[in-house]
Amino acid sequence: MILELDHIFKDYPQGKLTVPVLKDVSLQVEEGDYIAIMGPSGSGKTTLMNLIGCLDVPTSGTYILAGKNIAKQNENQMAEIRNRYIGFVFQTFNLLPKLSAQDNVALPLLYAGVGKRERRERAAEALRKVGLGDRLNFRSNQLSGGQCQRVAIARAMVGNPTILLADEPTGALDTKSGEQVMEIFRQLNEEGVTIIMITHEPDIAMHAKKLYHIRDGVLTGPEDRSEDD
Amino acid sequence: MFENISLAFQGIWGHKMRSALTMLGIIIGIAAIISIVSTIKGTNEQIKQNLIGAGNNAVEVQLYQGDESYEFSWNAIPKGVPVLDETRREELAAIENVEDASLYTYRSYADNVFYQNTAFNGYVYGIDMHYFSVYGYYVQWGRNFVERDFTEHKKVVIIDQTVMSTLYPNGVNPVGTCLEIAGSPFTVIGIVDQKSSFEPVIKNMDDYNMYRTDSNGKIFIPGESWCIPYQFDEPQNAVLKAKDTDSMTNVGKAASDLMNGSLNVARGSNITYKSEDLLKQAKDLQDLSNSTNQQLIWIASISLLVGGIGVMNIMLVSVTERTREIGLKKAIGAKKSRILWQFLTEAAVLTSLGGLLGVGGGILMASVISRIAKTPTAISVPASVIAVVFSMVIGVVFGLFPAVKAANLNPIEALRHE
Ligand SMILES: Nc1ncnc2c1ncn2[C@@H]1O[C@H](COP(=O)(O)OP(=O)(O)O)[C@@H](O)[C@H]1O
Ligand SMILES: [Mg+2]
Repeated sequence: MILELDHIFKDYPQGKLTVPVLKDVSLQVEEGDYIAIMGPSGSGKTTLMNLIGCLDVPTSGTYILAGKNIAKQNENQMAEIRNRYIGFVFQTFNLLPKLSAQDNVALPLLYAGVGKRERRERAAEALRKVGLGDRLNFRSNQLSGGQCQRVAIARAMVGNPTILLADEPTGALDTKSGEQVMEIFRQLNEEGVTIIMITHEPDIAMHAKKLYHIRDGVLTGPEDRSEDD
Repeated sequence: MFENISLAFQGIWGHKMRSALTMLGIIIGIAAIISIVSTIKGTNEQIKQNLIGAGNNAVEVQLYQGDESYEFSWNAIPKGVPVLDETRREELAAIENVEDASLYTYRSYADNVFYQNTAFNGYVYGIDMHYFSVYGYYVQWGRNFVERDFTEHKKVVIIDQTVMSTLYPNGVNPVGTCLEIAGSPFTVIGIVDQKSSFEPVIKNMDDYNMYRTDSNGKIFIPGESWCIPYQFDEPQNAVLKAKDTDSMTNVGKAASDLMNGSLNVARGSNITYKSEDLLKQAKDLQDLSNSTNQQLIWIASISLLVGGIGVMNIMLVSVTERTREIGLKKAIGAKKSRILWQFLTEAAVLTSLGGLLGVGGGILMASVISRIAKTPTAISVPASVIAVVFSMVIGVVFGLFPAVKAANLNPIEALRHE
């Protein structure tokens, strides 16, 4: 078991009230899983992602990631856990516009304390893996949306994290670029990377092995669909 | 660290116009301070030179009654003030940091010296073998005193440049002519000039009164011949050549102590040897000019404060603009401290750069001021270094708040920021 959410609740204060966003969410993910979580807008997908990604802590419930109780970690430890175990892919890529593709990809290694030369080599290697070996020095404004997302995937994977967290990774892409991204995900999963992907497009969710639904903060599933293919 | 700095430079270069405007306050403040400090330093050095002379380092010890120098021109020799001998002179010369010492007697505004029908209205000195070397005189024409001139009480006289030009008509060679000193004829044997005859820089009436030297000229006779025109051997004053300007004060104290030890004057007569502490006079004058300039520095510091606030303002804007960047960096594992350092470094690099430009501008300004106002300036290296370091500190101080703000951003909210 790489991660386990146990009776997680997450409330957000809204004025004087607190609004429950996640209600009693439990989820167990095995190493090598490929999970898609579907749900309408505002259902709590991103909130769940932030919790899994150790960017936030639950209001109640326990979250164990790689044997560590996340609620008991301090800010710096959380940063280390994110750096080491998790790769993020966002809907809007979040590349730094002033840096080249290579420097963007190398960034997580900087925070991991890797030396400059090794950072550059590993970043180049990660970019080659997503088919952008010839775009090392391009900036995000010189790349298409699909290429940007591939740079972002390279950045997520450069530190060899155990889990890839993707929040609507194809939301801003055309169908063809979306399919390319899904192909990369499939390869990564084959290599053993655990993938948790959030989407509201059924076509995209089809690529995952397990499918969960979230509605008003309540998680249901899994529908095991690994045999359907 | 090095990477942070190079990133900071990229950031500054990426926003050239904005960075320049941000630095402007720092540049102006530092430039103002550097130019003021340079002017102060220049003025101070000039004051010191005006008073002490360039490189002469001559310390004079004279007899005083109370605060008035005691001159034998119109005073009787007081009881208990001895004529000093060679042993005393050697003791004086042996004082620490003293290179040479000389004993001499003098008359100011002598009114009984004539060349033919022309009266001479300057100083008459009775000197020893060391006097010329202490004051840096050298013989221009004729000859210097020799041993026998002293031991045999020769009636010979050496004149300086001023006397030659005022007393002798064009073309007359003074050497061999006769000067009548208080009724006694003395033969002119040489003309001396001073090696580093230092001309004080006079800019106004105050300067003139402060630095005025008598331009009537000086004539010198052997000390041993003093009693011929003036009837008595008189107690001497002393002049000592200090090793350097800074030791002048101590040399003066030691010498006057030593000479006072030989005094045997009546109680309450108030007669003592004192050295004129030129260094202290110079310092007093410098303090005066410093205190006025200090106020200018305070004013310039306000501009630095304004510059610092400007830096803070721009850094806050920068943090807001880069909220998403900060959020992303935190999400992929950047710790708080790293974000803090990133912004602190950027602020410090920005202001240090401003400080450097300010020092350059200040030096330029100082040289322009010195051109226009005809005041001297001297670049102070320590002040320039301090100025740059200080600008860096301003960057750190005023960059701290924005940097802390950036470091404390919540990554989720930061990533959501538009
Ligand atoms: N920081 C927050 N403060 C208050 N309410 C929030 C916050 N983040 C999310 N919410 C609320 O929680 C709900 C779920 O949001 P989110 O997880 O972003 O949904 P999704 O990603 O599924 O569209 C929404 O109603 C949203 O308004
Ligand atoms: Mg969302």
